[in-house]
This record gives sequence, structure tokens and C-alpha cells, in this order.
Amino acid sequence: MTSPLYQRDREWHPPALAPDYKTSLGRSPKNALLSLEGSPSELTGPTFGHNDIDAIDNDLLRNYAKSGDPIGERIILHGRVLDENGRPVPNTLVEIWQANAGGRYRHKKDSYLAAIDPNFGGCGRTLTDENGYYTFRTVKPGAYPWRNWINSWRPAHIHFSVFGTAFAQRLITQMYFEGDPLIAKCPIVKSIPDQRAVDQLVAALDLNATIPLDSIAYKFDIILRGQRSTFFENRPEGN
Amino acid sequence: MTQSLNYLKETASQTAGPYVHIGLAPGDAGFDIYAQELGRDIAGPNAKGQRITVTGMVTDGTGAPVKDVLIEIWQANAAGIYAGAGDVEEGFRGWGRVIPDFDTGKFTFETVKPGPVAGTEGRMAAPHLNLWLVARGINVGLNTRMYFDDETANASDPVLNLIEQAHRRDTLIAKGEANTYEFNISLQGENETVFLDV
Ligand SMILES: [Fe+3]
Repeated sequence: MTSPLYQRDREWHPPALAPDYKTSLGRSPKNALLSLEGSPSELTGPTFGHNDIDAIDNDLLRNYAKSGDPIGERIILHGRVLDENGRPVPNTLVEIWQANAGGRYRHKKDSYLAAIDPNFGGCGRTLTDENGYYTFRTVKPGAYPWRNWINSWRPAHIHFSVFGTAFAQRLITQMYFEGDPLIAKCPIVKSIPDQRAVDQLVAALDLNATIPLDSIAYKFDIILRGQRSTFFENRPEGN
Repeated sequence: MTQSLNYLKETASQTAGPYVHIGLAPGDAGFDIYAQELGRDIAGPNAKGQRITVTGMVTDGTGAPVKDVLIEIWQANAAGIYAGAGDVEEGFRGWGRVIPDFDTGKFTFETVKPGPVAGTEGRMAAPHLNLWLVARGINVGLNTRMYFDDETANASDPVLNLIEQAHRRDTLIAKGEANTYEFNISLQGENETVFLDV
């Protein structure tokens, strides 16, 4: 079991209600969240191992290929999962999903006119290594339109799901790409009140991690909630 | 000026969006890619205790079903032990992913009823499932719990008792009949479910 976690900074995360992101209007609780101190229900969490996934699952160029490579800009996506104390989070499950290079999702509910890529599924998963590192290989997703305003376009993004060791560390977020002018216009991005928190979602172009003449690279670190250290067992008795 | 504390900041959450299934349950998005999808069997074949079915619906502030929601479950086994925190039956993970029917919004899942677990302040918690909900329009995943209406331990549960407005406790209590429990979650409105900052 994980030790108690640092309180989640609710002013850093987007609020439940962000009116410019219209769907949040009807899906945001109006009552305050009930704050709990951690108990085993929150401080334990599922763990995953190499028999849960396949080695190819982190290679989106190959894991759905039928007749050749997916269309698009080939990228290496790599980084670390750390906690707020800067400690690596090893052996934790990282799952991603994304649109193809044309901005189309392989989902029965996506009807955008951009073409489905027969060689691209759009999902991947991996475990971080003992130092918290992960890697994916994929194509850069395209921007796509969505019905918020009539002319709303999502910046190119990859959805990330990460576990950590405690169920209360569970996190889903989105990664954006350095230099994309749509980031600053997106109401989902702008639901985040602090620009520094937005910057933290933008992966940096990483020329050192490219494969020359093959794939360009982006680096994206993910920070999960940190655990409190218990320097002293000085919990007062009787209250 | 002072020294910097040098803590990192938790990565900000963003909505899972409408296509969360592609990443976490691609079979539901409509395609086969992984040899095994994770979270399809919460309790596994060897779990002891009462086998139960839970059904329900997540609704928004207008009362409409939230058909694109994905719910994760985290629970102890019938002896009140979480996987990873002690000995559990082989194949028991106590974690699963639940997706409603895209047409009706109704969800159903099967598991075993958990035993009572340690709560806060050294007090025992009544049996419960821990739930985490993500969907389009939900900016930070919502945590809540599902308790069982046939448990007398609910009366002394430390979390249920923290809820000031006594009538809102009912939003966390599933109604059972035989081995089937009904649990509805309301994101907003008159019967808004109590959500937790865990
Ligand atoms: Fe998306």
C-alpha cells in the first residue's frame, strides 16, 4: 500500500464546470467534492505485469498493420512517469489512444469525413521500466473538428491513461505537440486555469531521440501525485 | 526569496473525450487489436463469496444517460483484502472496466461482494466498491463509492457518516434484490451523487 498522498491541487486541474467546453455544463457536479483522508480503498490500486500485455502493444506502426505502414509522420514518443517528489514510477501501465494522421478515430461513433487508415488502430499500451521510462512509436495525429462551436478544431493530441500505485493516483490527460497554434484556441485546453499546467501538457520536440532518416521524436513526462514521507510517527492520540 | 521546494506538479487532467474506448476497451470502439483487453473480469474464476450482478445508469444534469462513460471499479475480495495488499484468490484483481450499452446507456457488471475493509482512523468501512468515472465533459475523473443496502455496517461507515446532508448518503447505496444490485449515478441535479476528493 502506498503511503498517504499529497492533496490534489484542484486549482491546477481544470474545474468540473468550464462553460466554454459546452459538454461540461451538464456533466459537472454542482455540490462540493467530499474530501477524504486516504484509506486502503484509495491507497491501494491494481498492478499489471508483462503477461497482461504484448511487446508489440507500444508500436502503433505495427500493432494494427494489415498491408503496410500507416500513413503519416512517424514519431517516437518517449518520457518518464514520475511522482511529485521526482521519484520514478516503475512498472506502471501507460495506455494511449489517438486519431490517425488525418484526424479520424477508429471508433464506431466517429463520423468525421477524413479517411480511416486500414493500417492504423490508434491505441497502444506499455509498462514503464524500473526507472519510470516508457516509449511508443506511432504517427502524429491530425487536428480534427468537433461540435463545440461550429468551427472548433482540436489541436493534434494523444490521450494518456496512467495508473501509479494507488487508485487515487489514477490520471487521464492529453498530450499536445510543441508549436501547434490550435493549442491556445482550444476550450478543452483552456479549461486549465494556469498556463504553467498547460505548458506541462505540451510535448517538446526532442531531436536527440529521433531515429535519423526514419522517425522524429517528442518527449513527454507525466507527473503523478506524490506520497507523503512519514518522518515522525507523531500523530496525536485521542482525536 | 527562499529556497525552492523543488516539488513537481501533478500533470493536469484532461477529459477522456468520447473515444476513450479506443484506448481502454477497443473492442467496444468496434475493433480487435489486443490479445487480451484488461479489466473485463473483476473477480476472476476463483473468487470466494457471493457472486453479484450490478446494473445501473449514469445520467447528466438533464436526466439523459451518459452513454460514453467508462467506469473503473476497484474493490477488495470477500475477505476484505485488496489485491497487492495481502493474499487473495488466484486470478482476483479486484479491478475492472465497465462500459454501458451505447444505445441505452445501461451498464451491467458481475463481481463478488467485497468484505468490510479498514477505513480511516482505525475504523472499519462497510463493504463498498470504489468507482472512478471518465467521459466527455468530465474534466477530472470522478471518484465515488457504491455501498450495499443490506449491510448494517453502513450505519457506522466513516465515509457515509462524513456526508452532512443525511439524505445524500442514499446516493451511494445500491438497492439489492437476490444477487442483483441497482446503482444509478447522477452527475448533476436533484439526486446528484456524492463524489469524493480522495
Ligand atoms: Fe481526442
